[in-house]
Amino acid sequence: MKYDIVKNSQGWVYSETVKKHFFHPKNFIRGDSPRWKFNGYGESGSAACGDVMRNWIFVDKRSQKINRFGWKTYGCASAIASTSILSEMLLENGGMKINDALKITPTDILDRLGDLPIKKVHCSVLGDRALKNAIADYFKFSSEKMVGK
Amino acid sequence: MFNIYLDFASTTSVDPQVVKAMAPYWTDIFGNPSNLYEIGRQAFSALEKSRDSIAKNLNCLSEEIIFTSGGTESCNLALQGLARNFPQGHIIISAIEHHAVLNSANYLKRQGFDLTIVKPEKNGIIDPQKIKDAICDKTFLISVMWVNNEIGTIQPIKKISRMLERINQQRIARAQKKIYFHTDACQAGLYIKIDFKKITADLLSLNGSKIYGPKGAGILFVRQKTPLAPLFFGGDQELGLRPGTQPVALYVGLAKAIELVENLREKENKRLAKLQNYLMKKLRQKFPNIILNGDEKKRIAANVNISVPAVEGEALSLMLDEEAVMVATGSACASSDLKPSHVLTALGISDELAHSSIRITMGRSTTKKDLDYFLISLEKVYKKLKQISAITEFL
Repeated sequence: MKYDIVKNSQGWVYSETVKKHFFHPKNFIRGDSPRWKFNGYGESGSAACGDVMRNWIFVDKRSQKINRFGWKTYGCASAIASTSILSEMLLENGGMKINDALKITPTDILDRLGDLPIKKVHCSVLGDRALKNAIADYFKFSSEKMVGK
Repeated sequence: MFNIYLDFASTTSVDPQVVKAMAPYWTDIFGNPSNLYEIGRQAFSALEKSRDSIAKNLNCLSEEIIFTSGGTESCNLALQGLARNFPQGHIIISAIEHHAVLNSANYLKRQGFDLTIVKPEKNGIIDPQKIKDAICDKTFLISVMWVNNEIGTIQPIKKISRMLERINQQRIARAQKKIYFHTDACQAGLYIKIDFKKITADLLSLNGSKIYGPKGAGILFVRQKTPLAPLFFGGDQELGLRPGTQPVALYVGLAKAIELVENLREKENKRLAKLQNYLMKKLRQKFPNIILNGDEKKRIAANVNISVPAVEGEALSLMLDEEAVMVATGSACASSDLKPSHVLTALGISDELAHSSIRITMGRSTTKKDLDYFLISLEKVYKKLKQISAITEFL
């Protein structure tokens, strides 16, 4: 099974990629919200379920590309790693177009992460949902909502 | 390899004296204790000496000791073994039992038995009155653990057993059937003197791997006249209640481990209590918003279970692992069923706080220096995870 528990020599349950992003997460926001200008905000999950993710995007109106992406996640190692890797996917090559970003599926995140214990797969669903909420927020309020410094 | 192990409730190392005691029984005296020739007789003698030694230390009869493969088997044999001699009836357990008891009871419920699960008070202690209130004419078995494995709370086993003794006297006078009492003492053995004559439990489970003995060795104490049936069939070893060739080396080790526990208990309890006080004091200084799960006083000296708001337990324990510190968590993310700890939720703790819990359990090799290192590591990883966390505060 592709996403079953990783059996490596160190016995760590997560792949090296997950481990890397968990211990050295990229693009997370320090403090309550970004210090940069954003035009979309979304969240998903609940503390009672053990995972909460919040994310902020700045979409460049002319290119329709996500120029900036920041996140905060409460959750286990795979929740943190999957959000971090999502940020990497969005921001590489000068930012992803929002039309492409909307097409991101949990499987895309999983493919990028390498193996993930099967019971942990729901965690990565969190990332794409929170992102979709942020993009919806951008579509809804893109004209009037320009906040931040 | 440098590491700080703070998960002694999960399992202990095997004491070197136990390893030494077991040594001759792997290759030299390897005989089957059921055989009549010399190495068989030698093995039999070692097995029965071990049984006698345990019986002496726990103040029971040698015939009352059934050797098993560990705590899980002992609990299964106690509950299911007893239920096999009852066509139907009512069982009472506490909501904070180990899965060995909880899932055995749930299985019996599916088989047609009635089951009442008694919730603990907020401090993680079972109120004996609530057990009493749950008793009905059909009740034939009550199972309450002595010490909880997650939060370390000590249950009023003596009170419950005295209460049951009175109830049973009344029942017998009314020509009703006796209620049998099982206590899972796997987490209690190290810290509480078990005297089988003083507590009137009919069944009591112990586990070698929690008391510096070998894994794969446990005991079920079966008071005489307790109607128990075996769970599987074979020869007549262990009074036919637990068939199969006895692993003599393991039981020799178990007897040695129990002997050592009896010698060390008082001193260790005092030493651990000091460490526990120190750890709690420092934790509260460094993390003013942490919550101690379970009663502060009525708990074993080795256990500290805390919820650290805003960070998740699995992430916390994995980051601590990277710092070479090993602790347990009650978070769902670390469990196979993705549900938060049933013990913590039974206390009425929110799922959020259950997800954020870590359990620190100290042992014979734990020093103050270990705790200082743990505190520094915890501060470091807490800061890191707090920075990432999407929850700024919740309670």
